[in-house]
Amino acid sequence: MSGFFSPFITKPASVSQIMLNVLLALVPGIILYVWFFGPAILVTLTLASITALATESLMLKLRNRPIAPFLKDNSALLTAWLLALSIPPLAPWWLVVVGTGFAISISKHLYGGLGSNPFNPAMVGYAVLIISFPAHMTHWLTPAGLAEIPLSFSDQLNYIFHSLLPGDIKIDAVTMATPLDTLKTQLHMNGQINAILNMPIYGYLAGRGSEWVAAGFLLGGIYLFAKNIISWHIPAAFLATLFITAGLFHLLDPARYAAPLFHWFSGAAMLGAFFILTDPVTSPTTPKGRLIFAFGAGLLTYLIRVYGGFPDGVAFATLLMNICVPLIDAWTQPAVFGKKEKS
Amino acid sequence: MRTLYQFHGGIHPPTDKTQSNQKPIAQSALPAKLVIPLHQHVGNSAKAVVETGERALKGQIIGRPEGHLSSAVHAPTSGTVAAIDLQPVAHPSGIPDLCITLIPDGLDEWALRDACEDWRALSHTDLRHRLRNAGVVGLGGAVFPSDMKLYAHKHKITTLVLNGAECEPYITCDDLLMRERAAEILQGAEIMRALLYADEVLIGIEDNKPEAINAMKAAVAAGGHARMEVIAVPTIYPGGGAKQLIRVLTGIEVAAGVRSTDLGVQCFNVGTAYSAWRAIRHGEPLISRIVTVTGNVDHPQNFETLIGTPVAELVAQAGALPGTTGYIMGGPMMGVLLPSDQAGVIKSTNCIIAASDKLFPPPKPVLPCIRCTRCADVCPAELQPQELYWFARAKNLTKAEDYHLFDCIECGACSYVCPSNIPLVQYYRFAKSEIWAQQAGKKAADAARERHEFRESRMEREKREKAEKLAAKEKAALAAAKEKAAVAHSPLPNPDKTTSHSTKLPNDGSQVAGYLPKGEGTNESLRELQVDDTIQLKIQAAIDHAKAQAAAIKPKNTGQLTPQQQAEIAEIEARRARIREIAKDATEEQPSK
Repeated sequence: MSGFFSPFITKPASVSQIMLNVLLALVPGIILYVWFFGPAILVTLTLASITALATESLMLKLRNRPIAPFLKDNSALLTAWLLALSIPPLAPWWLVVVGTGFAISISKHLYGGLGSNPFNPAMVGYAVLIISFPAHMTHWLTPAGLAEIPLSFSDQLNYIFHSLLPGDIKIDAVTMATPLDTLKTQLHMNGQINAILNMPIYGYLAGRGSEWVAAGFLLGGIYLFAKNIISWHIPAAFLATLFITAGLFHLLDPARYAAPLFHWFSGAAMLGAFFILTDPVTSPTTPKGRLIFAFGAGLLTYLIRVYGGFPDGVAFATLLMNICVPLIDAWTQPAVFGKKEKS
Repeated sequence: MRTLYQFHGGIHPPTDKTQSNQKPIAQSALPAKLVIPLHQHVGNSAKAVVETGERALKGQIIGRPEGHLSSAVHAPTSGTVAAIDLQPVAHPSGIPDLCITLIPDGLDEWALRDACEDWRALSHTDLRHRLRNAGVVGLGGAVFPSDMKLYAHKHKITTLVLNGAECEPYITCDDLLMRERAAEILQGAEIMRALLYADEVLIGIEDNKPEAINAMKAAVAAGGHARMEVIAVPTIYPGGGAKQLIRVLTGIEVAAGVRSTDLGVQCFNVGTAYSAWRAIRHGEPLISRIVTVTGNVDHPQNFETLIGTPVAELVAQAGALPGTTGYIMGGPMMGVLLPSDQAGVIKSTNCIIAASDKLFPPPKPVLPCIRCTRCADVCPAELQPQELYWFARAKNLTKAEDYHLFDCIECGACSYVCPSNIPLVQYYRFAKSEIWAQQAGKKAADAARERHEFRESRMEREKREKAEKLAAKEKAALAAAKEKAAVAHSPLPNPDKTTSHSTKLPNDGSQVAGYLPKGEGTNESLRELQVDDTIQLKIQAAIDHAKAQAAAIKPKNTGQLTPQQQAEIAEIEARRARIREIAKDATEEQPSK
């Protein structure tokens, strides 16, 4: 029997499809990730996925909600992937599990589950990890070709699950700080931008390898835009704000402030612009609101990166702007049909 | 080439029109009975002017318009009025409404038709009167009495828009009407233009109907219609909404609560123009219309159908197929599921879709809103449906109104695109009816309070008047007694004393009598006073009796009530208690006006 009320037809679109498309859009970035940093990220992604699905099921059961339809919506998987891509790939298994578990249980389900969480769950997970386990969160894999001692896949697995490295290799020997973090540290030691960027860990625009991963996410973002899954407002306003702010500072003092493109292709800027800030649940719904939201996030990201104590600013900028969403939405209600001049 | 405008949003659902627009309009067979609702239009229900058993001729008025905003209802063919009673009607509520059931006699004998060779010779008042008596109402779905829309308002009407867009999937009745009867549509448009003193006529037709566009263009050229233009508009739902079509053709946005005539535009459906022409030129009232019969039928087609034809009989002519689960009147986007296949076709029935699970699968499970704003992207009213949903769900009605709930045209585009399968438009309908109910409740409570206050003041006044009357009567009686006493006892040393005394005395005859000198021929005056006294006693007794009776009044014949009757009484009592409660609440909330 058809429904009882019109419309009796619906577009064959589903939340599950939307989320699946977002997951697909992450694939180019992930492939480049594996290419430059080895397959460890795949292990992290798998671990995060399993944890997310298990936590989601548990929480749904505790909340007396049907499990199957919600598990199929792919939203938990997306949270898991975004978190996994934000933390170092060579992280111990429990780090991934704690972060993902927290993201799904506390920041998603305790607020009412899908559609009701005010904060981006992946970014909450990231924030919890970087505050609780700062040391583990700074061990980023050195890109292929740069590592003094290349780790095999089994070595990586061994470290993830048993925290063991072959022989007497120290973790510091196979990992490094992120390019953003390195830049900040070197600048604190009175380094000059040009000199710092000549270090081997830097590539054409930003960090070697990681700049390509960022490019992969940019490609995925363009796919999302082409598929009409995200609107242009948030990515464009975020990247433009980041570019202009970085550009102004760079013009003022090129020796101390990195170029705008460096900021675009460093850290989570691209991931944030297209995948994190665009999370519909935690971002504004009005076009003007999205511009304001992304502008704030871009500005905060830059400020945290340059003046803050954390290696990257995207996560905290996102969370801070998430708080403002209800207000932004309320303030930016567009005029309706026929009432444009009057209001 | 005319510049066309766009409206925000819109969707492109499958049009599903080719099933039914490949064959010409067929004449629907005369059914065994016609069920004609008296309320088919906006405004007051028509009043039945025939009686059961009476023979009615084709085109004869059987329901007269009641009041200013109303429309006439006619016998679609000659026959006998079999019943005037409550019947299932084509309304989703399923609540039966007053209908005239007519059994056709097969003669199809016309009543006298007031045809008119040259309508330009008629006065505008006469034209409007004829339209009203012919029951011409908006056939695009609004069923608003057309004569009421054909006044030249205080604002100059520059543009008359004829709506042939027909944006809803499946429906092709206007398409076929334009293909086959274009010249008559344009004649109707000329009458409308004259009544409105409008300059130009713009006919908007969606570009997925090239045959209709060509036919209409040819008719414009052949008829020599000046300042009349057929315009192909992009196919997009809901481009056939009056507001949307006006926007596309003229660039004018008619906001909610604003009349398009205030902005110089009036809009009619092409079918309405056709009916207006038939009514004026041939004196034929609106007794039939074109209905698309499609969906789960063997040969979908358009039928010229008599008003009142039971849906089941109409669908049978298109070859009903097994698997039909229900009938949708209108299109799949805004149509309504009919509560009964015995309901008669009404003036707003543009399409009947036989629904099956294959064509209209059951709704998918609903997921939470993820605020993806696909609904806002497609909303032609430029609302924020995701916010409205939230407020409607939370019954936060004030907020919903703040977010322009009443600007929603219920086109259903939001529900159509929602990836969480939320029946959004249902929430808005719900919120709207809640607000209406609240307003009605408030009105009722206000009325009850006013009635109560009026009653109080009336009773107060009556009491006062009664007391005054009584006092006056006593005074008069005493004065009379005094006079008589004075006459009788003039030799008494101080007659004034007695009377002055007695006037001060309370209304007690014995006491008065006590003060009167006894045994001195005062019988008459005493009797007088005693008579007065007995009247008082009688009144008192009557009042007491009435009070006792009021207290003792009990429902009669309550001895052998069936459980059903008892339930009904209990229900009525509960309702009355609730009304009293509402009235009480209202008075408490608003102690002063």
